[in-house]
Amino acid sequence: MEAGTPQVVKLEDLHVPGQLSGRKHILSILVENKPGVLARIAGLFSRRGFNIDTLAVGPTDDPSVSRITLTLDGAVHPIDQVTKQLHKLVNVLKIRDMEPEETVAREMAMFKVSAAVENRAEIIQFAEIFRAKIVDVARRTVTIEVTGSADKIEAFERMIRPHGLIEMVRTGEIAIARGGD
Amino acid sequence: MQSLKAEGVENIFGIPGGANLPTYDALVDAGFRHIQVRHEQGGGHAAEGYARASGKVGVAFATSGPGATNLVTAIADAMLDSTPTVFVTGQVRTELIGTDGFQEADILGATLPFVKHSFQVTDPRQIPEYVHEAFHVASTGRPGPVLLDIPQDLSRADIEYAPRTEPVELAGYKPKRSGNIKQVRIAAKALAGSRRPILYTGGGVVNANASEELRELAASDRFPVTSTLMGLGAFPASNENWLGMLGMHGTVTANWAMDGADLIVAIGARFDDRITGKLSEFAPNAKVVHIDIDPAEISKNVGAHIPIVGDAKLVLPELTREYRALQTDPSRLDAWWKQLREWQEQHPLRYDPGDGTEIKPQFMIEAMHRATGGEAIVTSDVGQHQMWAAQYYSFDEPRRWINSGGLGTMGFGLPAAVGAKVARPDETVVCLAGDGSLIMTCQELATCVTEQIPVKVFLMNNGYMGMVRQWQELFWDRRYSSVEMGASPDWVKLAEAFGATGMRCEVADELEGTMAKALEAEGPVLLDVRVAQEENCYPMIPPGSAARDMVEAPEGVS
Repeated sequence: MEAGTPQVVKLEDLHVPGQLSGRKHILSILVENKPGVLARIAGLFSRRGFNIDTLAVGPTDDPSVSRITLTLDGAVHPIDQVTKQLHKLVNVLKIRDMEPEETVAREMAMFKVSAAVENRAEIIQFAEIFRAKIVDVARRTVTIEVTGSADKIEAFERMIRPHGLIEMVRTGEIAIARGGD
Repeated sequence: MQSLKAEGVENIFGIPGGANLPTYDALVDAGFRHIQVRHEQGGGHAAEGYARASGKVGVAFATSGPGATNLVTAIADAMLDSTPTVFVTGQVRTELIGTDGFQEADILGATLPFVKHSFQVTDPRQIPEYVHEAFHVASTGRPGPVLLDIPQDLSRADIEYAPRTEPVELAGYKPKRSGNIKQVRIAAKALAGSRRPILYTGGGVVNANASEELRELAASDRFPVTSTLMGLGAFPASNENWLGMLGMHGTVTANWAMDGADLIVAIGARFDDRITGKLSEFAPNAKVVHIDIDPAEISKNVGAHIPIVGDAKLVLPELTREYRALQTDPSRLDAWWKQLREWQEQHPLRYDPGDGTEIKPQFMIEAMHRATGGEAIVTSDVGQHQMWAAQYYSFDEPRRWINSGGLGTMGFGLPAAVGAKVARPDETVVCLAGDGSLIMTCQELATCVTEQIPVKVFLMNNGYMGMVRQWQELFWDRRYSSVEMGASPDWVKLAEAFGATGMRCEVADELEGTMAKALEAEGPVLLDVRVAQEENCYPMIPPGSAARDMVEAPEGVS
């Protein structure tokens, strides 16, 4: 036995850590770039009753590996169980549950807004405040591209909606760890 | 074929068809024993029975489309019971995939939810690599089914086979075998601090071949042992530390012991709903040590205070060693054992023997135990007979009890017996069948006769789908709905029609003797045993109830 450690563990001192974190989680998942991998992941989520909030899939610097970034609600789902189930998929190489403070997360959205001549200036002003870009202008609409955190995009949506939101397209968040680890 | 041989495959169960013709052509000269089953589901279950009896990977072949979809039940069964199996399906030619070609079914897509892994070949040169990877994934870590789908044109390509010299390495699959020693030490100390411990073991102990290691741990300090349906035999039923099976139809003592325990050591078991009953009231006083090779099982249903991820074969000896080093005082368990013995005395397994004319189903299992000396490999279907066998057969060794636990597949017994007998031809293999189940896969009697596989089918014939009838009686006001088996076949004649021996027994006194005759007879035998029709299986935790609310057989009634 190690010196100084008690011979007996008192059972009342044992606890199970809580299962629900109560916050949004971003999982960054590296998977093999093979047919059917996304179906395996999507299938796992649906049959285990896990609900994905956003999902983004793209290549990485290694062509044999793809990255899936997904967000889900840790108040509803035990994240630990989700990641353990994902790890059982043979094509899943690595899962990172991104720490909010140490992560830069970004999402892009495009908003098509009805914009008659009289309120066009106001809409463009909103866009400037949010550092958004006008990417298309037509006779009755403007299309605005916004990049930022999910919160920022939602804030912009709230601002722009009263002006006549025609369509909104969002990519889902992607994330990268800060610093050089 | 060469890659299969390199994996040590000797026996394959299957049926040919259009899309796997090239594979079957290669089989002619390959030197395997191929057992031609009569339905692909039977081939799948036979592969499972083979795997469970031998510990080796079971292999089944099927053609595309309906051949493949007929395998689906067996694949799901192997997933839920963690059975190492490789299923090889033919697929339509590459250029037909996605065109709804003749006998095309997306078997890869259909089975995604319940395979451990699957491959579809897109280049014939992948075949040897995929075969080796399939066997690696199926047999290591938590075992399970792997599907290999090969389009017809690719399976006929001539490719070079270079024997594999390196072990299989998969970047995304590295099962952990050895447990964290610090966690093992904490578990040992928790055991030392426990006054009401219990070892709760499951099929994982059988899969890990850790039966000896479990016995050592239990012997280190008179730890009481209970097991799930899947784990029976890993710990000998004749041992004095044995409390019997737990769960819905487990013993009162085993269930009350879980309810009253202060420390549960779960080993290769997964806290399934049939074990826990009402989850919120499960084992309210217990802390949990959970040892499992699959990290995802830990804290899935019941939170683990001390999780240990690892192979029971490696973890249990370490736990035993660490525990022994603590030199605890065994007398601290005296009060617990006094309580357990009291429960055992007051609430044994019991049934009303009746007046001795009718054959009681429990008596049939006891007779089977005597006739086989308790040493047969017993496969079973699903239902009351399965539960009675689990309660009354008293398995002393692992890999003697082969049943469908997780999926609960009726019709599993006979094909599984075929596989078990092929795996262990020198052992007596008895299929304990139910009449509702046997009729679902009885075509495999033809396999037994043709392939000379002398399994003995002991049919517990009560004229009902008995477990469903029991639930309708107890929980649905005895409104029987489609549970009578009606005009069942004359089983003796049916056996004879297949070319097997048919026997019947309706008298309790003659049962053991008739069974002995069936066991001695040459070739496959079907023994139709007419048992009491409306016997209920007790004790029972009613669905949704807590373990402490177990119901026993009403006095004087059974």
